[in-house]
Amino acid sequence: MNWKYRIEKAIIYILLILSVSPITLGYLWLLISSFSRKTEGLRSLGWTLGNWSFLSAPPFGRNYASIWLVTLNTLLVALTMTAIVVLVSSLAGYALSRMKFTGRKTFLSLTLILHAFPSVTLLIPIYFVLRWISKIPLVGRGMPLIGGFGFNTIGGVALVMVAFQLPFGIWIMKGFFDNISWDMERSALIDGASRFQVWRQIMMPNIKPGMASLAIFAFIYGWNAYLIPFTFTIGRAGKTAVLSVYLQNFQGDTVMTNWNMVTAVGLFQLIPVMLFFIFTQKYLLNIYGGGAKGGA
Amino acid sequence: MRIDNNLEGEKTPSLSIPQAREISSARAPFKGNLTAFGFMAPTVLVVTLFFFLPVVMILFLSLTGLDMTNFGKLKWWLPANWDLANYLKIFTNKFFPKILGNTIIYTGLTLCLFNVGMGLVLALLTTNIDRRAGFFFRMIWLLPRITPVVVYIIMWKALAGPDPMGIINHYILVPLGLSDGELLINIYPWVFVILTNGFIGASFGMIIFTSAIESIPKDYTMASKVDGASTWQNIRYIVIPMIRWPLLFVTTYQTLSLLTSFEYILLLTEGGPRLYQTEVWALMAYHKALTSYFGNTQWGYGSAWAVILVIIGVVMAIVYLRIFRFRELVQEPRIETL
Repeated sequence: MNWKYRIEKAIIYILLILSVSPITLGYLWLLISSFSRKTEGLRSLGWTLGNWSFLSAPPFGRNYASIWLVTLNTLLVALTMTAIVVLVSSLAGYALSRMKFTGRKTFLSLTLILHAFPSVTLLIPIYFVLRWISKIPLVGRGMPLIGGFGFNTIGGVALVMVAFQLPFGIWIMKGFFDNISWDMERSALIDGASRFQVWRQIMMPNIKPGMASLAIFAFIYGWNAYLIPFTFTIGRAGKTAVLSVYLQNFQGDTVMTNWNMVTAVGLFQLIPVMLFFIFTQKYLLNIYGGGAKGGA
Repeated sequence: MRIDNNLEGEKTPSLSIPQAREISSARAPFKGNLTAFGFMAPTVLVVTLFFFLPVVMILFLSLTGLDMTNFGKLKWWLPANWDLANYLKIFTNKFFPKILGNTIIYTGLTLCLFNVGMGLVLALLTTNIDRRAGFFFRMIWLLPRITPVVVYIIMWKALAGPDPMGIINHYILVPLGLSDGELLINIYPWVFVILTNGFIGASFGMIIFTSAIESIPKDYTMASKVDGASTWQNIRYIVIPMIRWPLLFVTTYQTLSLLTSFEYILLLTEGGPRLYQTEVWALMAYHKALTSYFGNTQWGYGSAWAVILVIIGVVMAIVYLRIFRFRELVQEPRIETL
């Protein structure tokens, strides 16, 4: 019995190690390649720091934006998107969890339907919606930093991602609100506080872990995104480029792709997410359990 | 369980103060609505702009021939300009059977092998070893999901790369004489399309199945082991029947996700390497309407491809709502009975 049990366990471990080998080899290669002149399989043919020269100067001359501008863009997209998603979904989540109003049931079913609905199928009309927003003065274009919420702006890209994440965010936030006891809120209401005051002063401090989970999730999504920034910005390496688009462009732009430099840029984009993941995995697991959408 | 519910049902009204409830309902139905709508307003704005409006627009667009050449001139919102020409064009397209077949192969194989199959296997394996080790392996499987998509695809390009650089070629296929060292994505594009999507998709099922398996009472598996059931019998007759709802959920949910996802294919093969070799339905819509590499972007025609997916999406989303979680939804908030 004992040896049979041990063999079973050993087989399980072997299978699991085999299953994660493509992923781990991929990361290992990324690391080795970014510090090598050339690689053969996983073996470096000479170590160098030269691949990281993109940090100080745009690698292909003036047509390319500096990596720091691109990083700033990516950061702005991710942060704008995160801020809006967290704010809007905690407002709506609160109303759906704690208030009785006409159409509440409809809103709830709608949130779930939208959560399951594949939003990528709507990219074509969203392109036109963004062009309309561009025409609105002030909101459309010309805002400082994020450039507005129209087509080919940081804010516009962030707004589309907000729309894609919102049903999920509302659902998650409603869940977090549902788990908070009613008593404090009830006594505040009896003492004459308004619903907004209750939300702001009583609920928000209690819901911080929930907001943190959603914020981390949204930030990673925004930082990693490729399709939406690629579709709704022009000038692939220009003023509104984000890291994903920049990196993808990088691969096609030289006659012979310099993979070592590509991996260095890739690692540059990956490192912050990895650090984030390592320190916040407990929060994230809450959310992935609730179901990430898209991708596959 | 039922007794508990009854108790709670009786308790709630007795907690509330009758007079207060009457007062609040007398003065507040309208004001209460107004406050709630205030909280909902930003959501309503976003959902209208990016869901309702687009769904209507894409229906209209699909009925017109809007493209780069007549943009700004063609009034696509007027019924006078509508016809079914785009749909006719889709079904008479020479490559229509090819693309339909691709979509079925892609969705079916990725779903069976990875999103459900691998997800279930991983959940079973990681729940059968030491808890912390199981957690560790699940964490590694989550990594592809948090890796930037472009970086993730670069990693697969390296795994599948030509001989001296590519890992699979260099260490396995070339030494065994199974390959002459070319880029594997060009030789077996489907294998890599399914692998790249599958390694992302498997973790979704894995997490849901893991929590479902962990919530199966230990007595059941104990009892079956005492009765002499093998591991396989245990899985087949205890675990699988107990997690059939999560299984159904993951299967249906991931079918829809896969049917409409194309980002990884776009990055890996762009529908190639040979003409339409790995082009799936959703990618076709995107290519026709939003990428101008091949000259003209045809918004109308692309929309017609996408509309069919939108309809499938809406119908399936409503079906999920009916099957899953609906009972949770209808619970009324108790705070209103102050």
